[in-house]
Amino acid sequence: MDISFDLLGNALVSGLLLGGFYAAVTIGVSISFGMLDIVNIAHPAFILLGSYVAYIMNSNFGFDPILVSIAATPLFYCLGVAIYHVYDVAFERRGDTALRGLAFFFGLLFITEVALTLIFGVDYRLVEAIYIGPTLHFGVIDLPLRLLVPALVSLAMMGILQLYLSRTFIGRAVQAVAQDPMALRLMAADPSRIKRIAFGLSIATASVAGAILIIIQPIEPSVGRDYIGRIFAICVLGGMGSFAGTLVAAIILGVMENLTATFFGPSWAPAVAFGFLLLTLAFRPSGIFGRA
Amino acid sequence: MKNPIFVLWLIVAALLTFVLARLVDNAYFYFAGYVVLQYIVLATAWNILGGYTGYVNFGIPAFIALGAYSTVVLHKTTSLPLIVMMIVGGIVSGLVGVGTGYLTLRLRGTFFSIATLAMAVVMQTLVTNWAFVGGSRGAYIIRPATVQYLGMNYIEYLFLMMLGLCVLSVGVARAIEKSRLGYGFATIRDDELAAEASGVPTLRLKLIACGLSGGFMGMAGAPLPYYVTYLDPASAFSLSYAVNTIAMPLIGGTSSWLGPILGAILLGTLQQVATVTISSAWSLLIVGVMLVVFVVAAPKGIIGWFWK
Amino acid sequence: MSATDPILQVAGLGKRFGGFVALADIELEVARGERLGLIGPNGSGKSTLVNCLAGTLRNEAGTVRFEGKLLDGAPAHLRTRAGLSRTFQLPRPFGTLTLAENLRVPILYAVQTREGGSRLNIEDRCRALLDTVGLADKAARLPKDLTQIEMRKLELARAMAAEPRLLIADEAMAGLSHGEVDDILALLVRLNEQQGITIIMIEHIMRAVLSFSQRLVVLVAGRKIADGDPQDVVRQQDVVAAYLGS
Repeated sequence: MDISFDLLGNALVSGLLLGGFYAAVTIGVSISFGMLDIVNIAHPAFILLGSYVAYIMNSNFGFDPILVSIAATPLFYCLGVAIYHVYDVAFERRGDTALRGLAFFFGLLFITEVALTLIFGVDYRLVEAIYIGPTLHFGVIDLPLRLLVPALVSLAMMGILQLYLSRTFIGRAVQAVAQDPMALRLMAADPSRIKRIAFGLSIATASVAGAILIIIQPIEPSVGRDYIGRIFAICVLGGMGSFAGTLVAAIILGVMENLTATFFGPSWAPAVAFGFLLLTLAFRPSGIFGRA
Repeated sequence: MKNPIFVLWLIVAALLTFVLARLVDNAYFYFAGYVVLQYIVLATAWNILGGYTGYVNFGIPAFIALGAYSTVVLHKTTSLPLIVMMIVGGIVSGLVGVGTGYLTLRLRGTFFSIATLAMAVVMQTLVTNWAFVGGSRGAYIIRPATVQYLGMNYIEYLFLMMLGLCVLSVGVARAIEKSRLGYGFATIRDDELAAEASGVPTLRLKLIACGLSGGFMGMAGAPLPYYVTYLDPASAFSLSYAVNTIAMPLIGGTSSWLGPILGAILLGTLQQVATVTISSAWSLLIVGVMLVVFVVAAPKGIIGWFWK
Repeated sequence: MSATDPILQVAGLGKRFGGFVALADIELEVARGERLGLIGPNGSGKSTLVNCLAGTLRNEAGTVRFEGKLLDGAPAHLRTRAGLSRTFQLPRPFGTLTLAENLRVPILYAVQTREGGSRLNIEDRCRALLDTVGLADKAARLPKDLTQIEMRKLELARAMAAEPRLLIADEAMAGLSHGEVDDILALLVRLNEQQGITIIMIEHIMRAVLSFSQRLVVLVAGRKIADGDPQDVVRQQDVVAAYLGS
């Protein structure tokens, strides 16, 4: 195989940026699965919801998708709170999260995809914004703004969340509930309420993740399925609740996927994430940053 | 009721169904009926792992496809009878089931479930890139017109084979329920740690469940190429298989062999009706909504309404 | 092995969770038919030790020999089959099975799989066991219908159903009333004296441990600090300090 270094360099750079974007997509699950132990496999569905919201606002009113998504975060937060409430009452309190809780989220994932198909059809949708077309050039390396802006937004979002978790009382309570719900109770904080807030936050991130998704690629309802494997591969590889781990794992996956797509063809890309996941689960389930 | 007598009743029910189908003598009945029967097998197979041991398998399309694509390979290279293809499909799927289990079952159940999701996509990618079975463009399978030594056309033959598979899978499911193996499965579901402490070899039993579950799904998928005559990855790995196979036992009731049958017949017929009167997308939506509603509000399923 | 060899030999056992050392350098020998008490403040590693002995956790350092055979990483179900049973601190019944069925499981999987495991009448065995703990009239009920003490009795009965030669009773009496403690105590003594079962009792209830144990072992911060006659051990300075603070 004739590896041109231009091709390799660009594949690496765009893989890096892609990885930054993947981190945004995964951060919600790092919270819900990594910290709260809720296996929300429907997360990609909420991301797609965010994408379609951005699409509607952008195609009808010309609003910038990222700004729309930020404005929509309170709505998504409320959605998250509502869903957690149902999950808590129906499954967590009955102790049936493993079978029926999981099936619940699977059902939500499925319903969302079918409903979106019924409303929007299977045509690809995309958004328009000033930063989607242009590309910066540094010598042989191309930096498409289409990838750069989402990566930056992703980093910003993660930074804000990390600050929130480490500086505010609620944020620290969220970290505490992940480690020791009993101690939290003794501190007169209600674990249920904290989990509700945390899950709401996790779904709120889906709004922003959805907007940057539709900037990076055109979407249609079944796109969510490709992301399940990526999200959980990154979450597990990154050591579950660790943000830093999530970022590193996301970048690794982004680079590996991009290299595979560039040199072996794009039809192999979906297998990379899942292959990663299976290997991680088989050999190092605690992830890169997790404790063995 | 002792199991051999139960199996006898199953065979009687199956024969009656076949006689009924012959009397109705409508090709659509065979086509639709095949789908329902296929779902009885899939739901029963899923329940052996999901309902009995409590481990959720999302990779259903992968196992069905393994069976279906084994048939495609065998069809192109040999001229083996369908029964042999079904057995081969079952063995291949069963082995993959055990393999997946071996890689992931020592972890928590949720990781197993996620891994099965992953496996389905990996399998689909592999098949899509495999030119021999047609890759993404799919494969055409010529369905034989008749089965001479039985004097019926091929669709009737497929219907009959699926009836036989129903009898086999339900018979096995019930036999497990009443046996030592069934108790072992139940303890894994109830409290795996306590099960181990009580002497139950949990890993081994889980692998058995994986093998049986995957194997039956593969056997159910094996005749599929002859049924559809055109098999492509998109339809073989269709998400509707996954949702239906999970929804049917959860709605019917996971605690016994009867639940998957109830769920399959109810949802299967509902979907046929909805597809014809509204659209297939709407019928899938209905299944999804019913799944969520039942799981939240009626965890014991339909069985739970009638038996305490 | 002869009848005088110890039934359990623990040498240099250590267990860590990441950076936290839960157990270090545990040496322990238990004689056949002995009644051993194991005490220690909360967090001293008692339950971790039980889990390492029972196979629920794997110890990184040291060895455990049961009836002379090295257990080395054997999973819990093999240890139960070999004759080592344990109860759980918080009862863990099989929620969808009746009481009788709960007892059926160890009989099916631990007893019947032993070489020379007889074709027992399982129904009778279950009933007899439930009788021993006074739960025979609830044989067809589900665990969720039981009171706290009944659940603990079920837990004991299930451990006994595996026909152990060594039984580890992990805080089987926690939260029980005076009379209920006496019931369980009497049951354990009967098991030991009539059936020769070696029993390791982990307990916080001092009067129970002191009256039951022939020998007392004290664990503090993952280490064994005392091992001997119960009356002597409780008077040892470092033991008193561990409980009351120096």
